[in-house]
Amino acid sequence: MPVSCTAAPPQPKVQRPDKTGRYGQFGGRYVPETLILALDELTAAYEEAINDPAFQAELDHLLKHYVGRESPLYHAERLSERYRRPDGSRPEIYLKREDLNHTGAHKINNSLGQALLCKRMGKKRIIAETGAGQHGVATATVCARAGLECVVYMGEKDMERQALNVFRMRLLGAEVRPVTSGTRTLKDATSEAIRDWVTNVESTHYILGSVAGPHPFPMMVRDFHACIGRETRRQAQEAWGGKPDILVACVGGGSNAMGLFHEFVDDADVRLIGVEAGGEGIDTDKHAATLTLGRPGVLHGSYSLLIQDEEGQVVDPHSISADAEALQAFQDLSRLEGIIPALETSHALAFLDKLCPTVPDGTRIVVNCSGRGDKDVMNAANYLPHLSGGSTQ
Amino acid sequence: MAASTETKSVSGTMAELKKQGKVAFIPFLVACDPDAATTVKALQKLDELGADVIEMGFPYSDPLADGPTIQAAATRALQKGTTMDKVLDVVRQASATIRAPIVMFTYYNPIMARGLDKFCRQAKEAGASGLLVPDIPLEETPEIRAVASQHGLELVLLTTPTTPQPRMRAIAESSQGFVYLVSLTGVTGMRGSMESRVEGLIKQLQSVTDKSVCVGFGVSGPEQAQQIKAWGAEGVICGSALVKALGESGSPDEGLKRMAELASSLRAVI
Repeated sequence: MPVSCTAAPPQPKVQRPDKTGRYGQFGGRYVPETLILALDELTAAYEEAINDPAFQAELDHLLKHYVGRESPLYHAERLSERYRRPDGSRPEIYLKREDLNHTGAHKINNSLGQALLCKRMGKKRIIAETGAGQHGVATATVCARAGLECVVYMGEKDMERQALNVFRMRLLGAEVRPVTSGTRTLKDATSEAIRDWVTNVESTHYILGSVAGPHPFPMMVRDFHACIGRETRRQAQEAWGGKPDILVACVGGGSNAMGLFHEFVDDADVRLIGVEAGGEGIDTDKHAATLTLGRPGVLHGSYSLLIQDEEGQVVDPHSISADAEALQAFQDLSRLEGIIPALETSHALAFLDKLCPTVPDGTRIVVNCSGRGDKDVMNAANYLPHLSGGSTQ
Repeated sequence: MAASTETKSVSGTMAELKKQGKVAFIPFLVACDPDAATTVKALQKLDELGADVIEMGFPYSDPLADGPTIQAAATRALQKGTTMDKVLDVVRQASATIRAPIVMFTYYNPIMARGLDKFCRQAKEAGASGLLVPDIPLEETPEIRAVASQHGLELVLLTTPTTPQPRMRAIAESSQGFVYLVSLTGVTGMRGSMESRVEGLIKQLQSVTDKSVCVGFGVSGPEQAQQIKAWGAEGVICGSALVKALGESGSPDEGLKRMAELASSLRAVI
């Protein structure tokens, strides 16, 4: 994974959505007219809910007793020691343990919040898109608890790769609909979910799992995950009486990074680093570095950065499963800390190899450990044949 | 080749039909499915059979407002290497030889990739008369309409069953050429029957605008077209059924034949 760093602007201007849902030039609502009324209603219902102490109290209660928050901020001693330098100096690495949440990833923070909102709006049916399946599982979970009908759209290719999560969703009572159009992955699963929403908008709420889609979705997804950063600030204060120096998170759809970063955007002394999957390299077409290499465009209802060709046709991000450095980090965290991270999370962990040699002694780095890797073991086994099978060799 | 800059405006065509008490037949096809030459022939055939306005769909990788038939047609066209230049060529060849004005139907991202100004200029130069972008809401239209108007393209807007009355009025006021009434909450594609609420939606729209109200989405055959006409609409739009006939009939010639049969049967009742 060749690393390419894009520096943030020297004084980043914080862009929060205006009333048209724009963050500077980005965001907005680029959807068929049928959905506009639903988006207006959702925006109003969300504003009303977050200003209602009863809603916040119910959400907080469930985050604690159902999801298991707060998630620990864990000092990874052996991982930190690995980055000790010849002069004896080393960084201090902490993991924000979102992998310990119910269902094994940060995704449930958002699914839970939106499911409560859906009930409040009186809708009985939930749809969702999913890629690797974590958002689908989280959504199926909260729907089971809330007694809501749940349909999850998943690309046929992803269903093959993530059979375990498909089973979990079905076990939880969700219907998993294979998406066979286009790339048969997350991009087309999202399109298909939006088409379902266009069709059933009067009865259905769409729980989008990424910081994407038309306003108010990016704002809602950010807000429901913002507990990650708020806890981190409090836990850092308790642990060492200060702030983290650097936050690191993997960026695909952006939800875990946004959840960790949002709280710290105005802290000029906290460095925020988002890590995208470089795949076989950003000078090839096999990568998922949408923000590094994408050009502005409209997809799935918002103006953002996209990997697209000259004609404005959208290209699918490359599968992240075969990234050698992420696979190494996947094994390293397992062996050094006894924590098997999700492959997505492993991309953020892999970046420590580049980052750690460059930081002063005692630099406190918080990595968002966004998910656990159980879902990835079958896939990883294909690349780590020496660990699989019954052979004793 | 005849001069393609000769203005055939959508609004002019619709006004003329209205004066004569006629209902517009507006077919939609996906450009370059099954291939460019066949699309040109298909446009000429539709014109010959009495199409009043023709929508030319630009194949796109992520057509959010389209059902399986048009998605499949777009995928086939893209797999054959269809580009915006090739589609503009089809429009150029066809527009010079037909009477019906052509409305370019394209999602927003391909327009942005080319640049709004350049796209509008090239579409107009190719002989298109109008533009329809299914994934921009009313709020985004002023900028696009300004540029389209500069180049002489009329921007057609859509209203739907979920559109509240004040917004429907604003859409009708801003729409150019005609007002596109989406008959259902859903994506394009053939349906067995028209929802009865469409009649009320037509009346509602007509009470707020003098522009022609044309109904689309879900029109699969003459029965529905007849129904829409009986409800008082000023135009009937048919897409997926024609796209399927043209693109899924085994060969270009067979496709043209089946498309023509369907178009004739629609024209006969409208």
